[in-house]
Amino acid sequence: MAAKPVPVPTPETQPFWDGCAAGELRIQRCDDCGRPYFYPRPVCPACGSQNVRWFAASGRATLYSYVINHRPAPGFEDDTPYAIAVVELEEGPRMMTNITGLPATPEALELDMPLRVRFEPRGDVSLPVFGPEES
Amino acid sequence: MSGGSTASMGGSCIIAGAAETDRLGKLPGHSTLQLHIEGALNAVADAGLSLRDIDGIATVASPGPVQVAHALGITPDWIDGTGVGGTSFLLHVRHAVAAIRAGYARTVLITHGESGRSRVGASRWRMDASSPPGQFEAPYGTFGPTTTFTIPLLRYMKEYGLTHEQLAYVAVAQRRWAAKNPRAAFRDPITVEDVLASRMVAYPFHLLECCLVTDGGGALVVTSADRAGEFPKPAVHVLGTGESSETPMISQMVDFTESQAFRLAGRAAFAEAGIGVADVDHLMIYDAFAHVPIYGLEALGFVAKGEAGPFIADGNTEPGGSLPLNTNGGGLSYTHTGMYGMFAIQEGVRQLRGEAAAQVDAPEISVILGNGGMFATSGVLVLGRSPRS
Repeated sequence: MAAKPVPVPTPETQPFWDGCAAGELRIQRCDDCGRPYFYPRPVCPACGSQNVRWFAASGRATLYSYVINHRPAPGFEDDTPYAIAVVELEEGPRMMTNITGLPATPEALELDMPLRVRFEPRGDVSLPVFGPEES
Repeated sequence: MSGGSTASMGGSCIIAGAAETDRLGKLPGHSTLQLHIEGALNAVADAGLSLRDIDGIATVASPGPVQVAHALGITPDWIDGTGVGGTSFLLHVRHAVAAIRAGYARTVLITHGESGRSRVGASRWRMDASSPPGQFEAPYGTFGPTTTFTIPLLRYMKEYGLTHEQLAYVAVAQRRWAAKNPRAAFRDPITVEDVLASRMVAYPFHLLECCLVTDGGGALVVTSADRAGEFPKPAVHVLGTGESSETPMISQMVDFTESQAFRLAGRAAFAEAGIGVADVDHLMIYDAFAHVPIYGLEALGFVAKGEAGPFIADGNTEPGGSLPLNTNGGGLSYTHTGMYGMFAIQEGVRQLRGEAAAQVDAPEISVILGNGGMFATSGVLVLGRSPRS
């Protein structure tokens, strides 16, 4: 079985992955317009400022949308079916993730349900995934 | 052959030639390049021209415009390799119009060929693990369009109450068009129950709500409207065009219930053409999946947000309805090589010429909405049987 894909950090994303390794979901915020954003990049997508800084997000999020995938990507054969989800962080930005600790069923996965980040080892990085608030 | 003298700034353009490959479907005897070549030869012949008349080339890599031009013995004065997914050919039309107006080219050939099913002479797709999608989406088990393009829909269903039955009906309505088209891959009638009973691919999407995967190609010849009347087939006038991009990652779409790229490209095309939705007689909306026509109808303003599902389920877009949509059967039933935009344009041209298999009654204006990637990019064309009034 093929291995699951392992992200390869780039200089501008390294702080995000360093945060994950330290158990923190670090994203960026613009010091000029105040907007937090994801994915990591050196320019604020809202106003174009380069005056941006990293901060630790709360790790709290809600389930924004998802699919339950029945045709596994290489490496995901044993997980199928699995949810590929997009969560909305408490701070506003959205990110793709997997849902852990809940069955991959429409009944168990209610949109807007509260979730919290946790980190799973993937190759030489830690990957943020989301699960129920209390567990 | 070099352009310039006859085209003028602000001059309008026509599609003078349009054709698909002889066959579509499963063509293991055709390489990707051969599909381009066959489509190109058919389109040039359709325009009553020879390859020597072509001075501009546009297509997507791979094989890309240099390879296609060289294979055909064309030495171009103008080259466009814009590759932004399945809508690229709509953008090529828009860019060709600009080039012809500027005098950079006189007769532009736009080609598509894709061995989507047989994968003969096809480049291997690979995700770069250091790209933004490689870092922030692929690790979660995305695996092509069925796992990404589909993600926004549950949000739409919650916000606007679209039902599973209404989504399934999109495939039913398009199959009714396909049933009239001998070239369509799937022609047998289907019901909502059939769709909902088909294999689950990525909940909430069943197999019959996902497009085909086929081999095929097609091409267009675009030139100045000054030359309308010089060609064997009726000219199809390019009345307005638009293009836009939104996001390379589905997770970063601005609003999961609407396509900003569709809306902006559509607004530009309608404004240039000077038309409104009431002027549109025929519509093609790139349907890689059953929800895309829903997003397209709303983005172009044919219906209000949340109304497209019921609008389709009420029969408005099927044969006999008020707004003929995806009359070749679409990507769901006609063909889908991977980059379907070329086929959506071809059907618009056929309808305006009066030569479609499921011909609409004398349409004056056909609108083509193309999607690229997963709601990543969009191109819109407003085509007309008559010049802009």
